[in-house]
Amino acid sequence: MNIALFLQMAAEACPDRCALTHNGSKYSYAELYIAAKSAASKFVSSKCKFVSLIGETNPAVPIALMGAAMAGLPYVPINYRLGEEKILGLLARIDPAYLITDNPHFSHSNNHRIIQKSINFMTDVFGNDEPEINWCEDPSAVAVQLFTSGTTGNPKAAILRHEHLVSYILGSVEFMSAREEEATLVSVPPYHIAGISAIMSSIYACKHIVQLPNFDPVEWLKLCSRERVTSAFLVPTMLTRIMETLGKSEQASSNFNSLKSIAYGGGKMPLPVIEKALEQFPKVGFTNAYGLTETSSTIALLDPEDHRKAIASNDDEIRARLRSVGKPLPSIELEIRDEDGEQLEALATGEIFVRGPQVSGEYDGLKGLEDDGWFPTRDSGYLDKYGFLYLCGRADDVIVRGGENMSPGEIEDLMHQHPAIQDVAAVGIPSEEWGEAVALAVVLVKGADFSEEEICDHIQEHLRSSRVPEVICFASELPYNETGKLLRRIIGEWFNPTSA
Amino acid sequence: MLKPGSRLKSSVCDAEIMVIKAMSGNDLTCGGAPMSEESTQAEPNQEQMHGCLIGKRYVNEDETIEVLCVKSGEGSIYCDGVELMTKDTKKLPSSD
Repeated sequence: MNIALFLQMAAEACPDRCALTHNGSKYSYAELYIAAKSAASKFVSSKCKFVSLIGETNPAVPIALMGAAMAGLPYVPINYRLGEEKILGLLARIDPAYLITDNPHFSHSNNHRIIQKSINFMTDVFGNDEPEINWCEDPSAVAVQLFTSGTTGNPKAAILRHEHLVSYILGSVEFMSAREEEATLVSVPPYHIAGISAIMSSIYACKHIVQLPNFDPVEWLKLCSRERVTSAFLVPTMLTRIMETLGKSEQASSNFNSLKSIAYGGGKMPLPVIEKALEQFPKVGFTNAYGLTETSSTIALLDPEDHRKAIASNDDEIRARLRSVGKPLPSIELEIRDEDGEQLEALATGEIFVRGPQVSGEYDGLKGLEDDGWFPTRDSGYLDKYGFLYLCGRADDVIVRGGENMSPGEIEDLMHQHPAIQDVAAVGIPSEEWGEAVALAVVLVKGADFSEEEICDHIQEHLRSSRVPEVICFASELPYNETGKLLRRIIGEWFNPTSA
Repeated sequence: MLKPGSRLKSSVCDAEIMVIKAMSGNDLTCGGAPMSEESTQAEPNQEQMHGCLIGKRYVNEDETIEVLCVKSGEGSIYCDGVELMTKDTKKLPSSD
């Protein structure tokens, strides 16, 4: 059992079909398969133990993923937006790695590590037909390792084995279900689980993948029209920005003509945005996908029919489904449990637990599943009486801004170091543009002076700009429970009194 | 010994399968001849040559055995003497 099977089957069934378009260059399924086989030979003879990639998406991404699978090595794409020091820390955990990157900071190979520019890697593997190596068919071999943002301290490495990913694809995609003219626009970054699952499901469906390396709404719309794109996956922030761009230009809407379906996920979709999108594009089928890295991507979805019914309904209960992430996949069991592990009735909020063959739940060799196979997602939510799932936020307080997970601790740690700060808490608040935005509650040292503007400048200077709070409130003290745990929920309510 | 993930080849045609679910002792044949991990040659049983199609999943009646056809062939897949049927899967909208 090996995810490379998907590419082998696609190349067998439709070798001449267009598999990939990047910057106007096109590659067929046969070419992609030959390149992956050649990459696998290179990886094996390198004696490296991991295949890693740091950079924007390009043809090297699916080739490295599939080549690593054939070679029996874990594929580890790393967030190229991370600082140099953080990346070096992660690389030290996957030594020796065969690293594909265009980042000049990592251009020197050492005794173990092999570093290659993506253009050189592609030149080496395309058109170089190597005999098939013997694949590793062990279902429990590691296929993909993804570093999470990590709430505190070191990022955790989520482990996805071939059996999880193969189960996910076989359970959710029909082989060669795409027609020849179907094309999907992939603009999620390669280090995100959605980027990995997009490659695998498109290949198994034998769909044409159109890569957009750096999301930009104008470029996205241009590519839609140029490549006659029929489907796409977007994080909510991307859809928001596309809708804004369309609002500014009559012409741009015609770029949407070929689009038949849009899937979205990776964060909370603002209701006004999806309502407007549904009204403006009645012919596009929208699917809301809910999933986690540890579950090999999607575990629940709200399908296009659910969307259409909800938008057309005057019944509040049905209309409310636009806020829902839909129903679990047929292969997934899902329960809501309270703090004592008791299963809750409909409409009661608790932690979401899931079980199924695609659920890994594993970190760095630490088993995340309970003995009976259930995985505590750390997300909270509830089911309505029809079985639709509603999310109520992350049980572990991670702020998800525009699909980017950030830990409140990162901002709080910085602020705590400032002499004017006595106490501080960062929380996520609902944002139309970003899904969630950062709000900061600050307690100043008595007599100290630290203005809103100075705080924002301070964060901007030391952290990435996405960490700069949208709102700041000054308080005399922060709420804690009796065991000294910060009550973030209450702080969140300070910023959003209507949700209390 | 059949186990999930095993790749087996037909000895009468080009067909190849991957085992998704099986019990030990299940005997898989294609076109009337045993399937194995190595390429072998055998004479087909013409009554068991209805073909199998790449991407289709084949199951027995109680779904205790399930295989995925990964390469099409002219032979048909039998388990313990009973022909496997194609499995109907619920079509889901693309979510990624």
